[in-house]
Amino acid sequence: MERQWPYENQLGQEEVLRCDVLVLGGGLAGCYAAIAAARAGQSVIVVEKGATARSGAAGSGFDHWEVACTNPCCKISPKEMAEAFIDEQDHYSNGIAHYIECREGYDRLLDMERFGGKIRDTEDEFKGAAFRDDETKLMFAYDYENRYTLRVWGSTFKPALYQELLRLGVRVLDRVEATALFTEETPAGKRCVGASGMQVRTGKFYRFYAKSTILTMSRPARIWLFHPDLVGLSEFRPTQSIGSGHAMGFRAGVEFTMMEKSVKGEFSAAGRSFPPYSTGNNHNTWYAATMVDARGVEIPYVDRDGNELKTVLERYLPAKGQKFFLKGGVIDEPKYEYRGPETLPFEELMRRGYQLPFYADLSRMPEEERRVIWGMMVGEEGKTKIPVLQSLTERGFDPEKDMLQSYGTGWQSAAFLAQERQLFGAPGGIIHDWDLKTNLDGLYAAGDQLFASDCCGFAASTGYYAGRKAASAAKKTDFGQISESDVAKEKERLYAPLYVEDDMDWRELNMAISKAMQNYCGGIKCKDLLLEGLHLLEKYEREDVPTLSCKNPHELMRTHEVMDILTVSKMIIQACLLRESSSKPLCFERSDFPAMDPAKDRHFITIRQENGKIIAGHVPHDYYGDIEEEYEKRNQDYIGGGAQ
Amino acid sequence: MSISFTAQTYPASARPLSFDESLCMGCNRCVNICQVDILLPNATAGKPPIVCYPGECYYCGSCVMACPVPGAIRLRHPLMNETKFVPVKKP
Repeated sequence: MERQWPYENQLGQEEVLRCDVLVLGGGLAGCYAAIAAARAGQSVIVVEKGATARSGAAGSGFDHWEVACTNPCCKISPKEMAEAFIDEQDHYSNGIAHYIECREGYDRLLDMERFGGKIRDTEDEFKGAAFRDDETKLMFAYDYENRYTLRVWGSTFKPALYQELLRLGVRVLDRVEATALFTEETPAGKRCVGASGMQVRTGKFYRFYAKSTILTMSRPARIWLFHPDLVGLSEFRPTQSIGSGHAMGFRAGVEFTMMEKSVKGEFSAAGRSFPPYSTGNNHNTWYAATMVDARGVEIPYVDRDGNELKTVLERYLPAKGQKFFLKGGVIDEPKYEYRGPETLPFEELMRRGYQLPFYADLSRMPEEERRVIWGMMVGEEGKTKIPVLQSLTERGFDPEKDMLQSYGTGWQSAAFLAQERQLFGAPGGIIHDWDLKTNLDGLYAAGDQLFASDCCGFAASTGYYAGRKAASAAKKTDFGQISESDVAKEKERLYAPLYVEDDMDWRELNMAISKAMQNYCGGIKCKDLLLEGLHLLEKYEREDVPTLSCKNPHELMRTHEVMDILTVSKMIIQACLLRESSSKPLCFERSDFPAMDPAKDRHFITIRQENGKIIAGHVPHDYYGDIEEEYEKRNQDYIGGGAQ
Repeated sequence: MSISFTAQTYPASARPLSFDESLCMGCNRCVNICQVDILLPNATAGKPPIVCYPGECYYCGSCVMACPVPGAIRLRHPLMNETKFVPVKKP
């Protein structure tokens, strides 16, 4: 049944707005960026495609905050932790951002508490538990000895941040998608002078003039994994978080790195896997659940030396002689130095006669460990309160009496094929300096738009830091000029699909891109294959994008997303062509260049676009210098002041 | 050229959201919190919203969390995503 569009038709209308600091993306990074800039006395606009109170990857919640090294119970210094991350990721890591996360993350949690978010067990629900500090009431995950990762009540966070934005007088434009960056040429190079947006319910066009602009949108998605029927389940992150910030950045000349990195799929509940955190497993949110096999025989945990652990508590402690271990979002199979307790590898379990399927059996755990996994962690983690905790409870699941099945052979709840890939586990993104500034003057980035990003603590702390630096730059600069012809071109690009009658739906193009990326940029890559893929994507852009057709601003937004997915896919293929060797840490395999991580290529390869040409760059891994020294050199105004 | 917008429910194999008409007041809080914007307000005031784009649902549950009347809105994953559980076994 065709119905009338319930919202106003504002097609052809344009609103021009000015602000000191423009934040594109209202997720965790964007909200903290806006708060920092507003605290610095700047006028701030946040542009958010969804609803800021619940939007972004952390919108409905999250359960733990990694590497909050300055919390009063932590035994690891920020420098030690950030350097461990860099080492663990073979230097394909973002030293600047990780250090900021380790150094300032806890300040952002204290901010959150002031805004009304819950970061400690104020109701004494877990009093006396091994993971709780009874004095501060802070609760910890993973390493109970070193206490660097906090369990938090993340479902309270986004609504609290939204209220704080309003309280600070930040102008929040919900339901407005950012679509393009505007730049001007200056004697010193290109400078970002603002951006455009479109209201996704009414079609109104926005032109923003800003002294500083911060990109805080998502990492790209729906590149390889796309399900045209269950679109929203295609990937781990939200439906609309597909990397538009990367696409508009690339179009404007922003420099990226590590875009050749992609990993074999881990989550796609439209396909092979189950909803995240809804299956029996012992990782992340579920660490360190007791696992059993089909017969109910317990699966042993071992330390890094293979010693079987006797108690549940030992699963949360470093091995003998080990200072600390690493666990968390981007840590997969850590080096010996950082390896924590783990269940025996699957192959070993098969050798020993363990039988599938496996289950998580929380009934065998101490009462407070059971309750913190099922009820707090599963509950606070994004997409768990309603679809997992409430739904399974309604179906009769009782963690004291039932065990939850595990699928496949590992924690990912499914075995994906090599060509089913995702940007996950510290993927590529924008390369930046110590101000989190991009190669364009006036343009900053934070959160998932930075290269090698990971979790919520990373998003919040880099967001705030970028907001601070962008605000301080805005104070010293004036508004630039936005070219009328750039605006006219952008309007033409944006609204064209509304004028095409009954032709290609955006889903058809997304499906074609994903299939092309699986075929031409899958597990094993080589020059000829990549070039064929690029050729096909260019054909889609030239011949098929002009046939995209839609009937209202919502569908137009989805159409824009797929146009952005196409831009990002082309960038990924170009980045893959630039690295002429294979690399283990980048999960990158070239059949024409099989040598693994040769010395000549052990650095960041960067990519940007200039006048339609691809420009490559080479940046040493340690370009950021000594992380502590360089940080302190540039942040004396913040040190000591901490959170306001 | 002026264009008028139209909407047509885009069907999906799954039905992520259902409303209990006797409980829903049509306050549209779910419509306005959904970051994916899959719902449209009902043309009749006080009636449940229209799930216009069910296939785009991200199953985050924010709509249910925002709903002032328990039970008025229900979120359910596609059947294939129902995880299995069994009574605990002791060897």
